[in-house]
Amino acid sequence: MSIEKTYAEINAKIKTGKAVVVTAEELIALVEEKGLTEATREVDVVTTGTFAPMCSSGAFLSFGHTKPRMKMQKVWLNGVAAYAGIAAVDAYLGAAELPEDDPLNNNFPGEFRYGGGHVIQDLVARKPVKLKAIAYGTNCYPRKSVETMITLDEINEAILFNPRNAYQNYNCAVNLTDRTVYTYMGMLKPQLGNANYSTSGELSPLLKDPHFKTIGVGTKIFLGGGVGYVAWNGTQHFPAMTNVDGKELGGAGGTLAVIGDLKQMSPKWLVGTSFLGYGATLSVGIGIPIPLLNEEITRYAAMKDEDLFAPIVDYGEAYPSFTPGNLGYVSYAELKSGKITVQGKEIQTSPLSSMPRAREVAATLKEWIQKGDFLLTEPVKSLPSPADGIVAHSIKEV
Amino acid sequence: MAPKRIVLRFGSDISVKPIVYRLVKDFDLVVNIVRADVNPQKEGTMVLEVTGDQSEKGLAYLRELGVSVQDLKQGIVRNEEKCVMCGACTGLCPTGALYIERPSMEVHFDEDQCIVCMLCTKICPMRAMEVHL
Ligand code: SF4
Ligand code: SF4
Repeated sequence: MSIEKTYAEINAKIKTGKAVVVTAEELIALVEEKGLTEATREVDVVTTGTFAPMCSSGAFLSFGHTKPRMKMQKVWLNGVAAYAGIAAVDAYLGAAELPEDDPLNNNFPGEFRYGGGHVIQDLVARKPVKLKAIAYGTNCYPRKSVETMITLDEINEAILFNPRNAYQNYNCAVNLTDRTVYTYMGMLKPQLGNANYSTSGELSPLLKDPHFKTIGVGTKIFLGGGVGYVAWNGTQHFPAMTNVDGKELGGAGGTLAVIGDLKQMSPKWLVGTSFLGYGATLSVGIGIPIPLLNEEITRYAAMKDEDLFAPIVDYGEAYPSFTPGNLGYVSYAELKSGKITVQGKEIQTSPLSSMPRAREVAATLKEWIQKGDFLLTEPVKSLPSPADGIVAHSIKEV
Repeated sequence: MAPKRIVLRFGSDISVKPIVYRLVKDFDLVVNIVRADVNPQKEGTMVLEVTGDQSEKGLAYLRELGVSVQDLKQGIVRNEEKCVMCGACTGLCPTGALYIERPSMEVHFDEDQCIVCMLCTKICPMRAMEVHL
């Protein structure tokens, strides 16, 4: 008889400390040893993890009122502008925002040593951050400027809200041109000089649930070292499955919008990040638990690096010019081996996503669940899956 | 006299052999080539140990030729707290001083292999590679 478990049954076991929790890497070994059916019977929850730069990240901050009151029109934190076009003392600080006096790419390639992501890390590290704001003044909010120091603990709310995180899969970036290019996928040397990739492969959350059978709106997750939730699908959520040579392949695929209280997160898992010639961003640690409700879920959760593929894309010419297509697919096993062959040339690969950190996320989440501190939430709404066939649009210029 | 450790960097228009020959012949230096690399763009890097009274003069001669000469007293240090072991630096480090250990995928730094090219100080997205004087 096929195995069917419910969230309630699994949570009951978590509460009594009896749930069997393994990381995605451990599940792979277990399935190899005992088979899908037995692994599904034995294991209740599989934990996944990733730690990588995720540019579409940021935080809503609510500073508290000044005396006299002020409707902040423009806000800067350590010189980095935050969007203040919301209520009086609220602002959204984006990870990719740069200081107004940053030399940018004027002296190419720019270094982008500090940006919104670094401010977020400073805030969670409990460092004092300089707040500057200006306003035009109203009868109810007369004050026109303020300049002071704030800390995360002193402001009212700080909510991490990342509109697009945890990309299901991502391109392996190479450069076919004759010049070095500096991209969000790192520095790429000319003529296939190197290749960079950025997911944790067999530990990566959405690669382990490609049809969104368990991950949905409301799923409780490890976010930035604390607890967070899946808020919605992420922007550019285009889950799809392609069949290449009889293998089921995910493209860049699905993404998640995630949310959580910044005050309980940690600077170890929210790290300001700088890409030479490209910009500043934030590296985020995310871990998602997958309940093994049935064998089909286990089958996907146990996919190995050998079964997971990334498209190889030319970031010298094809990507910037938005030319579709790729240079083939390569498995995460090959990518992690350190060498791949593209157009007959053997090239060195480097990850941008940290495997040791991804493993630590999955292990930490496993521990939380084993201790009974972290219960699973059943999604309140499913996310669009490959079956929904969402089509991406691009801007039509008229 | 203790040998002086230096790094030379030179473009494709300069060839190695005559340079070393000159240092030995004209400036009476004892030269030990610790390592030498030429990248695909034909730019070279060489780490030398140089002993002799006229070492400064010899180095001045190299600079005149357009060779960049840098003292190896400067060292590159990895800030272990900042390094997240992503591995982004490993494909670009010219000597493999920064490398990934498999299957753990941990990133290691072998100082002895470092030629202080400083590429990693800009490439590392966490700015974990620091120059110490
Ligand atoms: S790029 Fe920086 S953070 Fe990443 S492994 Fe290298 S030194 Fe560490
Ligand atoms: S300075 Fe950095 S990139 Fe250059 S050799 Fe040393 S470790 Fe490698």
